[in-house]
Amino acid sequence: MADSHATTLEPEAHNPALLHHFADAQQQKNAASLGMWLFLVTEIMFFGGMFCAYLVYRLAHFNAFAAASQQLSIKLGAFNTAVLLVSSLTVVLAVKAAEAGNRKQLVTYLVITVLLGLTFLVVKGFEYAEKFERHHVPGPTFSFTDTFDDGSQKIPVNPNEAQLYFSLYFAMTGMHALHMIIGCGLFTVLAVFAWKGHYSPGYFTPIENAGLYWHLVDIIWIYLFPLLYLISRHR
Amino acid sequence: MASAAIPANQTPKTNYLTNGYGLKSWLLTTDHKRIAVLYLISVTVFFFLGGFFAMLIRLELLTPQGDLMQADSYNKVFTMHGMIMVFFFLIPVVPAVLGNFLVPIMIGAKDLAFPRINLLSWYLYIIAGTLFLHCMLIGGVDTGWTFYTPYSTVGSNTNVVEAGLAVFIAGFSSIFTGLNFIVTIHRMRAPGLTWDRLPLFIWANYATSIIMVLGTPVVAITIVLVAVERLFHLGIFDPKLGGDPLLFQHLFWFYSHPAVYIMILPSMGVVSELITCFSRKRIFGYKFIALSSVAIAVLGFLVWAHHMFVAGISLYAAMIFSFLTFFIGVPSAIKVFNWTATLYRGSISYATPMLYAFGFIGLFTIGGLTGLFLATLGIDVHVTDTYFVVAHFHYVMVGGVLMGYLGGMHFWWPKISGRMYPEGWAKLSALLVFVGFNLTFFPQFILGYVGMPRRYWQYPDEFQVLNVLSTAGSSVLAVGYLLPMIYFLWSLRYGPIAEANPWNAAGLEWQTTSPPPTFNFDETPVVTWEAYNYDEIAPKELEAPVGR
Repeated sequence: MADSHATTLEPEAHNPALLHHFADAQQQKNAASLGMWLFLVTEIMFFGGMFCAYLVYRLAHFNAFAAASQQLSIKLGAFNTAVLLVSSLTVVLAVKAAEAGNRKQLVTYLVITVLLGLTFLVVKGFEYAEKFERHHVPGPTFSFTDTFDDGSQKIPVNPNEAQLYFSLYFAMTGMHALHMIIGCGLFTVLAVFAWKGHYSPGYFTPIENAGLYWHLVDIIWIYLFPLLYLISRHR
Repeated sequence: MASAAIPANQTPKTNYLTNGYGLKSWLLTTDHKRIAVLYLISVTVFFFLGGFFAMLIRLELLTPQGDLMQADSYNKVFTMHGMIMVFFFLIPVVPAVLGNFLVPIMIGAKDLAFPRINLLSWYLYIIAGTLFLHCMLIGGVDTGWTFYTPYSTVGSNTNVVEAGLAVFIAGFSSIFTGLNFIVTIHRMRAPGLTWDRLPLFIWANYATSIIMVLGTPVVAITIVLVAVERLFHLGIFDPKLGGDPLLFQHLFWFYSHPAVYIMILPSMGVVSELITCFSRKRIFGYKFIALSSVAIAVLGFLVWAHHMFVAGISLYAAMIFSFLTFFIGVPSAIKVFNWTATLYRGSISYATPMLYAFGFIGLFTIGGLTGLFLATLGIDVHVTDTYFVVAHFHYVMVGGVLMGYLGGMHFWWPKISGRMYPEGWAKLSALLVFVGFNLTFFPQFILGYVGMPRRYWQYPDEFQVLNVLSTAGSSVLAVGYLLPMIYFLWSLRYGPIAEANPWNAAGLEWQTTSPPPTFNFDETPVVTWEAYNYDEIAPKELEAPVGR
């Protein structure tokens, strides 16, 4: 791997985006890309802790988790999933536009991505509001009276266990939403920079890396949706 | 600041220290060497703060009664000692100071791959440290450095959330350092510097970085969950509300056991550099040492539950984790055997760095072997939560990490500061550290074995003799640590000017001037030799003054 970038030692003075400590633009791009992938690994480990907790408690308190899961709206969850999938597409198109040097398309796709991200967050906000109204937010006012219907009988559910489900629900979707907010901010800045013409077919690493980040946030949602919304609904 | 000590008229060209003098030129620098110096100052502050709490602990334990402080204050004092030393000293010390300074130079690069993220790491560390100091001043925290639930979530009425936030932020500081190192080592190596020509210090930092990147996020989210549970009265780890406190221990040790390898691996890398230089030999079994670092990083993730043998995990799980823990002794032993094999028929000289390297090998071996005692299920049940455990990990953490760090600081001090330290004082302090260390911690093995539990502020009379020995040793140790601080500062102004290569050592860092210029090398070096080619450095060439 050392030799791939070792060919040119003279800095390319004409490239304003090239930082002084890199030998050439290719080395800089490779470094940024590897750095981004490593950052995504840390993100996976970060969410991994919560997925681990989810797994342990879902196995321990399955009935309560299934009953609590039935309180979520599959329609809204599915709608948001679709919104995120489309936004991943627009990110790919934005990268493609940057590669082709099409500034207008690049800005357009970045703006659409931000709008889709905001749509997701608004829908999520309505979902959260509904949890507040029904006292499904963990804390002193939490109440849960529903039962788990296993097909033949209704089994009463321990509200503490249901609260555990909602704790994880808010922790995981909240952390995911925080990443969405950061992503929207990121793309807004990139859209402004793109509008000002900071990127060219020779240099669009920030677009690419922000795209990688966005895809990861999407993928995490792809896991969150079935784990939180669809427990025991396959019957 | 260190820069003021070297008069400009004595240095023929500007170096990284003379490249700007104002406070701004330091606080906004992206030069990895300056950031290393910033880290050096800040970790030293935390080291002496943590050491202050250690002295309070030893003073309290001088007598069997609780006379200096009561149980509640004692709980806070050992918690402060543990958290400061683990999160604000041991984890950053070697990678952030020596690693930051040396990784780019050793691989012939101008800087780390992401210089601004490197500066961000330092600021995160400072923010975390300030937050922790604030938490300390408004009353401290008493959970022990391990934050065990449910005590940390429903029991303790101290500042757990703020301390947790500080640890969380410090965690991101080390994640970014690790990420930076991995990318730099992959992408920034000089032409010809292939993986099998890398110095072993680089391999050690590479393995360390893998652990930082993979482990730290897990403890970060775990501490977030503790804080959220505490703030909103959830039941994530509370058994009364359906939660599982064991899950906390699993998640916590999934990071915190590998974290001990974050601490020890870079020091092992330092020792490989010292042993070769001061025995004038190629390292014995280069590939085995290099890959054993990676093996430790990987296996380190598979042994965490050995902290939980008496916590209620199944016997079957305990046996597997016991076996895996024995297994991780193998790569550690490979290193020790290869270092001693390197010494065999070498031209050994006893400069201060080498004394620390010898100290490391001896003390780490004792620390590592007692680790195997603790990996044995039956013995572990007997000595869990006794001073045996305390002695074991201090042999690894203080006898290992700190010995390696001090050895490295002496070895590279001429490169960092451009000045030589006083050899006589340095040898004296190395001796004091070794004697003081053993006097402090060896009695604790015996104390633990005969049943003195850790984390108590008073104890039965029959333990007093050994405790007095330990406290006496800690005073010797304190002098041993204060001395280098004093003579390093002294040498900044009065030490002899260092040559480019005062030890006649191999390694790219010795081919540039002392201190190095801002971009490390005037020309990017091309590497055509293996690391530690001491047999190719002719003695005659060694006599000639190198550099300026």
